[in-house]
Amino acid sequence: MNLRRDVFQAIADPTRRAILLLVATQAMTAGAIASNFDTARPTVSKHLQILTECELLGQTQTGREIHYHINAKKMKEVADFIEPFRKMWDDRFNKLEAIMKNYKPKK
Amino acid sequence: MEQRTKINAEDGKQDLVITREFDLPLELLFKAYEDPEIVGQVMEMNVLKYESKKHGSYQFEKTDDKGNPVFRANGVIHEFTANRKIIKTFEMENTPFGVQLEVYDFEKLGADRSKLTMHVIYESAALRDQVLKLPFAQGINMAHNRIQNILNKLK
Repeated sequence: MNLRRDVFQAIADPTRRAILLLVATQAMTAGAIASNFDTARPTVSKHLQILTECELLGQTQTGREIHYHINAKKMKEVADFIEPFRKMWDDRFNKLEAIMKNYKPKK
Repeated sequence: MEQRTKINAEDGKQDLVITREFDLPLELLFKAYEDPEIVGQVMEMNVLKYESKKHGSYQFEKTDDKGNPVFRANGVIHEFTANRKIIKTFEMENTPFGVQLEVYDFEKLGADRSKLTMHVIYESAALRDQVLKLPFAQGINMAHNRIQNILNKLK
């Protein structure tokens, strides 16, 4: 398995999370993205490649320029990842609350 | 709408924090973790053993319609301080998920309000993520079982 393609691996990196935040509002070229970071240009390119590989970013070609944009569908998948687990606990706690609201201490 | 149960699981970490505020007095919330009968009701499991005390241990079991065990979990209790704190381990038997350490903090917010903070530590970050994904897998299995049951009735 190629770990690089793992979405969760991809968003574990702070620079990559910053890139996602940056392009969340508008599509940007690699150069424009890189100008926001102190890191070397090839490092930013590598991050963009990883984000594109795991489909968090999409590319659109306009003339000679490539713009990176966020893939909303994939981002939602990541956000929803924890939801079934949270729901499971929420259901369990709701049940606990309901049981205890009707609790009568045994004498 | 504000979610009543919150999960904080940071990327790449081997732990997570679950918080929940209850419309219950602190004593009643704690009671739900002290009384084996209530523990069983909340977990929807048969309680084989539940010693709510320091150095105690517990074991739960879930059985199918025919009474065959399908799931079993166990653990030991390291600390049990009434209305304050529980530290215990939790292990799902015959699964690859390892043992998790659970720290429960109970807090009084008001006469009828209380808060539970659960800090859960897994053996590794990879195991934590696998456990997080479990409810997905269960959902798929349950759907599959339902389909299987319907198909069996059609036979």
